[in-house]
Amino acid sequence: MSEEETNTPGADVPHQAAAPDENGTGIASGPGGSGPGGSGPGAEALRVEGISKRFGPVTALRDINLHVRAGEVLGLLGDNGAGKSTLIKIITGFHRPDSGRIVIGGEEVSLRSVAHARSLGVETVYQDLALVDELPVYLNFFLNKELTAGPFLRHGAMRRQAVDALAEVGISIPSVGAEVRALSGGQRQAIAVARAVNTAAKVLLLDEPLAAMGAREGGQILRLIDRLRQRGDLAIILIAHNYSQVIDVCDRVNLLQHGEITFDRPTAETSVAELLELVHAEYRMA
Amino acid sequence: MAQQTPQLTRSAPPAPAARTGFGKGLLRRRELSIVLVAIAAFAYFSLGSYGSAFNTTNNYHIIMQYFAPWAIIAAGESMLLICGEIDLSAGFTFSFIPFVFMSFYNQGLDVPLSLVLAVLVAMGIGLVNGVIRTVFNLASFITTLGMGFFLEGMTYIQSGAEPAQPPITGTLGDLLGDWRWSELGWALIIVAVMQAALSYTKYGVYAQAAGGNPLSAAESGIKVNRVKVATFTLTSLFAGLAGLVDQVRVGSFDPTSGGSDMMFMSVAAAVIGGTALLGGSGTVIGALFGAILLAIIKEGFTLSGVSAYAFDVVIGIAVVAAMLLNVYISSLRGRYLR
Repeated sequence: MSEEETNTPGADVPHQAAAPDENGTGIASGPGGSGPGGSGPGAEALRVEGISKRFGPVTALRDINLHVRAGEVLGLLGDNGAGKSTLIKIITGFHRPDSGRIVIGGEEVSLRSVAHARSLGVETVYQDLALVDELPVYLNFFLNKELTAGPFLRHGAMRRQAVDALAEVGISIPSVGAEVRALSGGQRQAIAVARAVNTAAKVLLLDEPLAAMGAREGGQILRLIDRLRQRGDLAIILIAHNYSQVIDVCDRVNLLQHGEITFDRPTAETSVAELLELVHAEYRMA
Repeated sequence: MAQQTPQLTRSAPPAPAARTGFGKGLLRRRELSIVLVAIAAFAYFSLGSYGSAFNTTNNYHIIMQYFAPWAIIAAGESMLLICGEIDLSAGFTFSFIPFVFMSFYNQGLDVPLSLVLAVLVAMGIGLVNGVIRTVFNLASFITTLGMGFFLEGMTYIQSGAEPAQPPITGTLGDLLGDWRWSELGWALIIVAVMQAALSYTKYGVYAQAAGGNPLSAAESGIKVNRVKVATFTLTSLFAGLAGLVDQVRVGSFDPTSGGSDMMFMSVAAAVIGGTALLGGSGTVIGALFGAILLAIIKEGFTLSGVSAYAFDVVIGIAVVAAMLLNVYISSLRGRYLR
């Protein structure tokens, strides 16, 4: 396979990515590669080095290197079965890798659980969004993180904070008191994203955010992701298998094929056509 | 995308508002409609040709005797329904717990201690229901059906199929049903506490989440099983309490009291009061008004000389109509309350 060749040029190309706050020197994709390390906008939020994972005889991930900076949107693309969900589950602390290192905010960590990863600022919005239809928007927003005074819920405070937090990410919901079931798919996704972001998240993983969504609603989500990028303090990993929908919002794309990252390049230097060609080449070889 | 300047776009066009504040309130507070129906039923019998017999303190007391035990059990049953579960054994817990009390008392323990132990046994029944439901993942319908038969048999074994004279007297007796309106007090306090728990505590949110979307609840870190077990335990506690208070009031522990009738009436009260059988939504106060409505109809029929069989016909229609109304109102809410 020619993964190594495809990978290396990507790493060497000087950075001309669209995001203005991305002032790193280059994309280090190999083990031990030096990230820009510093603080402030553009600081490296997450680095994964040499991660491998086997399930019995099946190698799910092989020597994965991946990194993402604050204020950057990384597209993690790949077909079904390429290992995307395994990689997400390792980053979110659900699985433990067989080997490799995970560095969050410059510190190497050994993730013990999803709660542990969350406490370190890694938040995930899963495809099912983890919303409860029967509850109003603001209670979903604070689900299992309710504000209380003694044993009692602070409904008013939660309503106000939910309104503020949704406004901050530019989402307009007619009433935070409305049940979630009354909302559209795009609004639901936006609430789930806003909820994840509201918790001092440093790294936000979005699992197929556009799945089962119409073009107009998908556009709204992409604009929301763009606004979050412009805050500059959040690193976003966007997982998708439909490249054409998401590639525009990404600063950089990684292509995951058969458990290996075969492609790492700023979005400005690639195209959907090139990505599709890579995937088709893989099928021809198979 | 990075090149396009994003505009702050509204996520949705403004939804049509409900036409009137009252109509909106009706949609939002589902139990309000049952309050109105209860008031209408009351007005019908109160102003009708049997009004002079209906509007007496004694008659109000009879109505209270009907709905108080239903409402006490429904306070737990509606929380269970909100969690997406049901307890078919509650009516048999109602029958069984007085005889549990008697067996402790007959072994020489004093009344207060026997009461405490009986109440603990009631909670133990709910705990077993909940553990079998959650740990072994057996549907609550089956779990509590089995528990219901088991308790019915145990009630007859414990009682020897004979009624017993409650030995609870004095202030404790007054508190537990001897005083004329004490059962009403129990019903109102338990309903108020459970409604407050549903509306104003984390437990209420977790119960709705557990019933509405267990997967989402679990992903958010809510301990769904713990919430369900706690609710099973509360339901059995209330059923046991209702059994003690109701039968102290009557002055006889009767092994044939309660049973499936008591259970079905409390479930019917919860459903008529606007609680969804599939979980996720409902109120405790609605169940209270559902119980009051059923009691008013039952007593009104008795006074009007309508056959007791007709009462069951009406309940059957009322349950189905309430469910249909629930579904219809839900779709209206979806349309108007965005």
